[in-house]
Amino acid sequence: MTRVRRAVLLVVALVLLGALWEGYKAIGGENGGTILGVRVLPRADDISMPHLWQIWERFGQPELSSEGSRSVGVAVLTAMWFTFRVAFAGWLAGTVFGVVLAAVMQRFRTAESALLPYVVVSQTVPLVALAPLVVGWGGHLTVLGRPWQPWMSVATIAAYLAFFPVAVGTLRGLQSPTTVQVGLLHCYAASWWQSLMRLRMPACVPYLLPALRLAATASVIGAIVAEISTGTRGGIGRLIIEYAQSATGDPAKPFAAIIGAAVLGMVAAGSVGAVERALRRFRPAEGAE
Amino acid sequence: MSEAAVRMADAVADTVLIKEVSKTFTGERGNAVIALQEIDLVVRPGEFVSLIGPSGCGKSTLLRIIADLTEPTAGTVSVFGKSARQARLDQDYGIAFQQAGLLPWRTVSGNIELPLHLHGVGRAERRARARELLELVGLPDFADHRPEQLSGGMQQRVAIARALAERPRLLLMDEPFGALDEMTRERMQAELVRLRRETGAAVVFVTHSIPEAVYLSDRVVVMSPRPGRVSTVIDVPLARRDEDVREAPAFYATVTAVREALRGRPVPAPPAGADLR
Repeated sequence: MTRVRRAVLLVVALVLLGALWEGYKAIGGENGGTILGVRVLPRADDISMPHLWQIWERFGQPELSSEGSRSVGVAVLTAMWFTFRVAFAGWLAGTVFGVVLAAVMQRFRTAESALLPYVVVSQTVPLVALAPLVVGWGGHLTVLGRPWQPWMSVATIAAYLAFFPVAVGTLRGLQSPTTVQVGLLHCYAASWWQSLMRLRMPACVPYLLPALRLAATASVIGAIVAEISTGTRGGIGRLIIEYAQSATGDPAKPFAAIIGAAVLGMVAAGSVGAVERALRRFRPAEGAE
Repeated sequence: MSEAAVRMADAVADTVLIKEVSKTFTGERGNAVIALQEIDLVVRPGEFVSLIGPSGCGKSTLLRIIADLTEPTAGTVSVFGKSARQARLDQDYGIAFQQAGLLPWRTVSGNIELPLHLHGVGRAERRARARELLELVGLPDFADHRPEQLSGGMQQRVAIARALAERPRLLLMDEPFGALDEMTRERMQAELVRLRRETGAAVVFVTHSIPEAVYLSDRVVVMSPRPGRVSTVIDVPLARRDEDVREAPAFYATVTAVREALRGRPVPAPPAGADLR
């Protein structure tokens, strides 16, 4: 029932968004809205805002005018798959790092006071500034006997964004057991590891799942920005830049890449649903029959 | 036998032996709060001892010291002749609090099995012990239920079953019925009397309720606050513990004695049939 409702709501939202786009395009005018010579509403001409069906058609048309060129749809899907894998690697690395960091902060209160401010500060560093550093450091590393690959830089930057919600959410979750529950485990002479695995981690799940969802979207954004700022080829971030160059003559093309990036973010967040189903029994509200 | 040897033998015979225990908490502004001052207390094997007193008299702190959940500032505590810490590590006591503290992701059976699970008892044996205990606390059909499907009284029964899981000879209970309604509470008290008869365990029981303390205990330890001290110890002269006892003259007399001790001054005995609370 709820699943059907959610699907219907999603379709309704998409239709409304499309109607808004086309509606504004119909009334917006070639030059948009201006007040005292300052443009406050965007232009609605075909170059700034191509019709939805033009974008849709563009997916099926060849990428380049040269003979045997693949279609834009295939190009976007290929790029999405590339970025998805890199973002997934970043999400995984960020999640592992975030959980371990949170466990250390929970275990040692001094570690919490020492590290937590830097965890927060880490997210204020612009990714664009970070990207060349990661590429530079990575160039000196070998991973399992193989040289550092460009996608690894991208995944590292994605992980840098992804670990943050996981670390903060996990820390809160690990600290969520009640005094009575913690006291009981102490009375049972449980080791730190036992209370982590039997009490704190299970209690953490309701905090961890939304954090994993945030981390999934963050890792996609991180991967896209990192692809652009490191100049890594093959992903959707690079494709957005490439297609943007043909915006004047081929306005539907950049929108195809942007839509691909948006769908990728949704797919990434949706994939966390699999983790949620696997951990369902730890969510008391949904565990009841 | 030398005097020292006699003392040793006594210490081993006592379930809990507390000597001149004091506990001082340091407040946030560095001011010291004396929670307990020079407490002496002995609990003999199989004895039921209640700690009663107004808020802030340190009765819960005393229980937590016995359980090694907190350490005394001064004095000695021995449990079965060992240090409180060693007794905790040896799992010599079972404990229950006002909140059942059940883990919501575990079934009722899984919660009772938790201490056994942590101490490496095999699955089949755990399961069998949990079934036995659920029978004992009157919840045989609820093994696979989730805690949130149970009422407050039922959750507290599960917590008590969990406390009994490792057959302790000492039960520590911190207001276990404090959050229950009066009807449930009296039923749980009768259950506890039966459980204690069947297990033979000694019990240290913290409570706010005078009739509860009198109904359950062999001895009621009355405490006074600021600083927390034992003001009086009252023996309960009741032979039987059935529902009729609650209306017996000896019951009323003891309730009155405890109330007087709590007020710290003699008061006229209440007329028969008066509100006991």
